[in-house]
Amino acid sequence: MADIVLRDVEKYFGDNYIIRKLNLEIRHREFVVLLGPSGCGKTTTLRAIAGLEEIDTGDILIDGVPVQALQAADRDIAFVFQLYALYPHLTAYENIAFPLRAMRESAQTIDKRVMDAAKALKIEHLLRKRPGALSGGDLQRVAIGRALVRRPKALLMDEPIGALDAKLREEMRTELKRLHIENEATTVYVTHDQVEAMSMADKIAIMNDGVLQQVGTPTEVYSHPANLFVAQFIGSPIMNVAKGMVRPGEGSTRIILGDNDATLEFPQKLYPMIVNKKHAEDELTLGIRPEGVQVARNQTAGFVAVEAHIIEPLGPFDIVDLKFGKQMMRARTPSGYVEKAGDVVWAKLDETQTHFFSTRTGESLQIQL
Amino acid sequence: MAHVRLDKISKKFGSHTALINLDLDIADGQFFVLLGPTGAGKTTTLRLIAGLDAPTSGGISIAEQDVSGWSAAERDVALVFQYYSLYPHYTVRQNLEFPLKSKVRRMSQQDIDHRIAKASKTLRIEHLLERKTDRLSGGEMQRVSIGRAIVREPRVFLMDEPLSNLDAKLRELLRSELKDLQMKLGATFLYVTHDQVEAMSMGDQVGVLNQGRIIQVGTPQQIYNQPHDTFVATFVGSPAMNLLQADVRGGRAVVLPGKLELPVDQAAGGRAAKLTGPATLGIRSEDVMVGVNEAVEARVHGVENQGVEKVVTLRVQDCLMKATVPARLELSIDSVVRFSFKQEKLHFFEPGSGNNLFYGEEKRNG
Ligand SMILES: Nc1ncnc2c1ncn2[C@@H]1O[C@H](COP(=O)(O)OP(=O)(O)OP(=O)(O)O)[C@@H](O)[C@H]1O
Ligand SMILES: Nc1ncnc2c1ncn2[C@@H]1O[C@H](COP(=O)(O)OP(=O)(O)OP(=O)(O)O)[C@@H](O)[C@H]1O
Ligand SMILES: [Mg+2]
Ligand SMILES: [Mg+2]
Repeated sequence: MADIVLRDVEKYFGDNYIIRKLNLEIRHREFVVLLGPSGCGKTTTLRAIAGLEEIDTGDILIDGVPVQALQAADRDIAFVFQLYALYPHLTAYENIAFPLRAMRESAQTIDKRVMDAAKALKIEHLLRKRPGALSGGDLQRVAIGRALVRRPKALLMDEPIGALDAKLREEMRTELKRLHIENEATTVYVTHDQVEAMSMADKIAIMNDGVLQQVGTPTEVYSHPANLFVAQFIGSPIMNVAKGMVRPGEGSTRIILGDNDATLEFPQKLYPMIVNKKHAEDELTLGIRPEGVQVARNQTAGFVAVEAHIIEPLGPFDIVDLKFGKQMMRARTPSGYVEKAGDVVWAKLDETQTHFFSTRTGESLQIQL
Repeated sequence: MAHVRLDKISKKFGSHTALINLDLDIADGQFFVLLGPTGAGKTTTLRLIAGLDAPTSGGISIAEQDVSGWSAAERDVALVFQYYSLYPHYTVRQNLEFPLKSKVRRMSQQDIDHRIAKASKTLRIEHLLERKTDRLSGGEMQRVSIGRAIVREPRVFLMDEPLSNLDAKLRELLRSELKDLQMKLGATFLYVTHDQVEAMSMGDQVGVLNQGRIIQVGTPQQIYNQPHDTFVATFVGSPAMNLLQADVRGGRAVVLPGKLELPVDQAAGGRAAKLTGPATLGIRSEDVMVGVNEAVEARVHGVENQGVEKVVTLRVQDCLMKATVPARLELSIDSVVRFSFKQEKLHFFEPGSGNNLFYGEEKRNG
């Protein structure tokens, strides 16, 4: 059992806030991914849960019990560090066995657990080497092994597979997820890799500048970002955003983009929805992912004429920069669909994939067409 | 002028051979990406060029000069380590200054300040200059390490996965900053990465390394579209290219008789029409088309959501393959779907050696 609750946690160094009013609930057996830009406080948060970093205010509860008074060693939490700390004079085997020896497990148990972990991590052939003779990816897997053998009730991992190649990473994703289900350890996992976050997490928690932005399932944060930061942090290529003004039209809602760059037609029901949100009609920011920008080669009702600016071929598809007047929007099209830069094509924003944000606060207006 | 050449380099650690007869030719001012799985020998290669380690046999030249006897300092190359190697008790600014303060350089403080200002702007670390480096986050340390190399403006940059600890957005940004820097300085770059998007978008040339051997050198497009063997084919690209064992005859490939057969007469520019015998077919997931009117029936074995797309694992009897489909396509596990392959995107490999039957013969024969 391990429910982890962070309640109003704050951490600062001098005048600098590292974590601000962090509230996060991690349920027993859940796999939660912390995602956010470099320096946003992910490692600090993990260290605070592990007891390696003191917090300035707030509470951390494990199974309902505040743990501030508990030493790191008494929290029964294993930690895989971003910068692996292995003992240089011990072999990989002894490094992995180390926590078990400290717990005075029998030689037989130790051997079995070490071999099981080594097998899952595909490092059986490296067990007799010392860290100095291992490559970066090997070191990282030995460090994971050392955390896994303890069977702790909670496992904290800080970018554990960042140094592995794509193929091995794909395999490790599956292995770690399988081990998570088997061991039932509550897991908090830090990564900067969105594919990792999307495919492994039960819940993703997105942080920026020490502030939690949104917590949700991978689909929720991708399809219903709570604010502009999340909208632009998740998804690659990043979501297009453009300022707009909303006006009632005849049988439609009109959105005037940017500096009168283009006028787009949306369903009539949108206008009252925006007015209902008590939102000034002139303070709207539209967000749309490149796959939501529809492109046609011929004039089509409801589409506006745009110029193709740059075409970036990405193998299976193209990313085309379209100029809606001065406003640039990127669209994802089948490979070769728009022939060359300078071509005029027709474009429309798919209304069901358009997100509406307040320009002033950056918050989503929670309007779904 | 810094043309880098490795001539039949081998490196042994005790009984373990990390590099075998490695030839590498990096033109002056080129951005060369070395791509390979963990343990391939990438870091070892960089350390040899930097002069931190000596090869067991073979020669290394920089700008047409044999540098074998030269110390690391004399080579005028900068290595950014896979693991940050910063002086922990000093500030970021001091860490950036050290390489410039050596007596041989005799740079004025003004020049030093100018270089540091420029590098820290490029790397988005201006706000960290007065911080001690042991108080930095992982991504911040990584950027300071890059900074230590770029302030020196060496003739050769060696970078070992310099962006691996950064989030996608920052990585995208720094990718173009580094590329920009390389063009401005006209320096030669040897850049190690696992990330094929990085390799594709930054490299003038990509070299694929496996178990101490170079398998293929080419432009990113060549590596992606004309892999010399099944190793390159499955290592480059995510998800990995599907490989299927087939019997090819009369312009048709039979994977599972009656269940999974397909025409190949148009494939490989028509050359596959003449193929007879066993072959390993390769097809990337994005070239597998899923739709109601496609030729072959399969069951959905697994679905992985990746945002814009889903990667679906299809199963025909015990044959599994992955297809990339739009995220909006609703597919439930075990439901029946239909698919086919884009013929012109098929690859053909020799089953035993894994060599591509239509690309790369010239190189192998030579
Ligand atoms: N002792 C300290 N004194 C001052 N600032 C600190 C200290 N420790 C950490 N910081 C700062 O706190 C911020 C958050 O650091 P943290 O290591 O949690 O980031 P992170 O989200 O893990 O980033 P990354 O993805 O780059 O590893 C960073 O800007 C870091 O420089
Ligand atoms: N000092 C050493 N003693 C013994 N073996 C070594 C030594 N240094 C490296 N090796 C071995 O040589 C091989 C190549 O290592 P190298 O560090 O070059 O790999 P790499 O391609 O950089 O991998 P990664 O992507 O995991 O960092 C590995 O099998 C490693 O274990
Ligand atoms: Mg960190
Ligand atoms: Mg390495």
